[in-house]
Amino acid sequence: MSNVVTMKLQPPKTETTGGTAPAVQLSIRGLNFFYGRFHALKDVSLDIYRERVTAFIGPSGCGKSTLLRTFNRMYALYPEQRAEGEVLLDGNNLLGADVDLNDLRARVGMVFQKATPFPMSIYENVAFGVRLHEELTRAQTDDRVEWALRKAALWDEVKGKLQQSGMSLSGGQQQRLCIARGIAVRPEILLLDEPTSALDPISTGRIEELIHDLKQEFTIVIVTHNMQQAARVSDYTAYMYLGELIEFGGTDDLFIKPKIKATEDYITGRFG
Amino acid sequence: MNLRQRRRLTNRIALGLSLAAMSFGLFWLCWILYTVFDLGLSGLSLDLFTRMTPPPGSSGGLANAIVGSLLLVGLATSIGTPIGILAGIYLAEYGQRTPLGVATRFINDILLSAPSIVIGLFVYAACVAPMGKFSALAGIFALALIVIPVVVRTTENMLRLIPSSLREAAFALGAPKWIVIMRVTIRSAKAGVVTGVLLAVARIAGETAPLLFTALSNQFWSLDLREPMANLPVTIFKFAMSPFADWQALAWAGVFLITMSVLALNVVARVFFREATKS
Repeated sequence: MSNVVTMKLQPPKTETTGGTAPAVQLSIRGLNFFYGRFHALKDVSLDIYRERVTAFIGPSGCGKSTLLRTFNRMYALYPEQRAEGEVLLDGNNLLGADVDLNDLRARVGMVFQKATPFPMSIYENVAFGVRLHEELTRAQTDDRVEWALRKAALWDEVKGKLQQSGMSLSGGQQQRLCIARGIAVRPEILLLDEPTSALDPISTGRIEELIHDLKQEFTIVIVTHNMQQAARVSDYTAYMYLGELIEFGGTDDLFIKPKIKATEDYITGRFG
Repeated sequence: MNLRQRRRLTNRIALGLSLAAMSFGLFWLCWILYTVFDLGLSGLSLDLFTRMTPPPGSSGGLANAIVGSLLLVGLATSIGTPIGILAGIYLAEYGQRTPLGVATRFINDILLSAPSIVIGLFVYAACVAPMGKFSALAGIFALALIVIPVVVRTTENMLRLIPSSLREAAFALGAPKWIVIMRVTIRSAKAGVVTGVLLAVARIAGETAPLLFTALSNQFWSLDLREPMANLPVTIFKFAMSPFADWQALAWAGVFLITMSVLALNVVARVFFREATKS
């Protein structure tokens, strides 16, 4: 318990309670998810706030990644997976059949657990998504690539070698490249699926700083196995277990005085 | 004997057996290579590449057969490769579990293991007989039929090696499927696909049976695709079976050329494959 409290105190947090109430960006209502017959998410409802960081925590297999993957309909790649219920983005249900998935994914970006640079240059990696959605001139594309790489705190390390392969970077740099690639499209929401679980502590630290900066402009949802990380980077935390949302609230509240016994057991390490 | 000693003994026996198996294989390979070098190298000269196949008893070379082989193999590869790659893409990316995909994969496997003489006879019946004559076109058709299943198989396998996380990453940026395939998946599998094509070329470079019934052979220089065309395998077959010593020497020189080309192709393919599995 003391462990949780001390690391809570480290980063200066923005408000989670009081002040002006943040706007809701994504509203999840009665969401159910199925892998074939397996019922992976059970009647999940919560709100994701604009320009805030929301963390999903919980033991492996609890459905936190599944929940994240409904927000950009990643699951639609696999015919045996389906979602029921509502995920409202600006009032429109993005689970609807008429939603253009490519447009949706331009608005809701995603970064994965494993860094996945494409087999092309650093520059092309970042420009890849931009070219799909916008017709920019050469100079505009250059600017956008630089902007994204700066946002991802990678520019200084790669500015002299933009034409080198993205695969030549280190693991932590590759992950920041993937973040740059994601924000270059200028999505409204950025989904991070365990973005640091394959990285060393220094790279992890850089990406956590990055998350802190990025929430000035983007709504961020992060899935993490690491509770200290959730406490450090997020404003809101959702604890999930066996496909159900057990508790959702301001990160400070949830970690210091969880309302539900199961949440407390998990965050204090008695379970999970 | 305790557990450790027993394991050490088992290890030694297994190692001994696998070394013996390897030496058995290598022994024949070395013998073949030795014979090829021994009998083929002496026939190697500039004439081999500049002069036509001679009538028995006079001097000559294999120029028409070498060029014919290059032409047949090159055209068959350039027809078979795109078809094979496209079918491989279909199998790996679109039709993985569809009935059409399963049927295509099954038929492709049959084609892959079909004896080449069957393909030769098929093209003879389908192409040579109706046209009333042997032609290089028929030979190209037969060789392309051998290239396609090899390329389909390797393309599909190589695409399947690409982790789904890479595809998902591209989809997550809002890329439509065809862009994901063309710009990300195929690019990642490039080295592997090239390996498949090289192996297919190596396979058809020495094929005799399909050409025997199709392109036949030609004693003279001809680049006309509608006519029979000289090529190394059939020339070797014809010359080696002959009773003339100078023809037999030319056959060995041809064998040397084919063996070396196939060896080189395999080495290049191996280098590419290492590249493919590294990243």
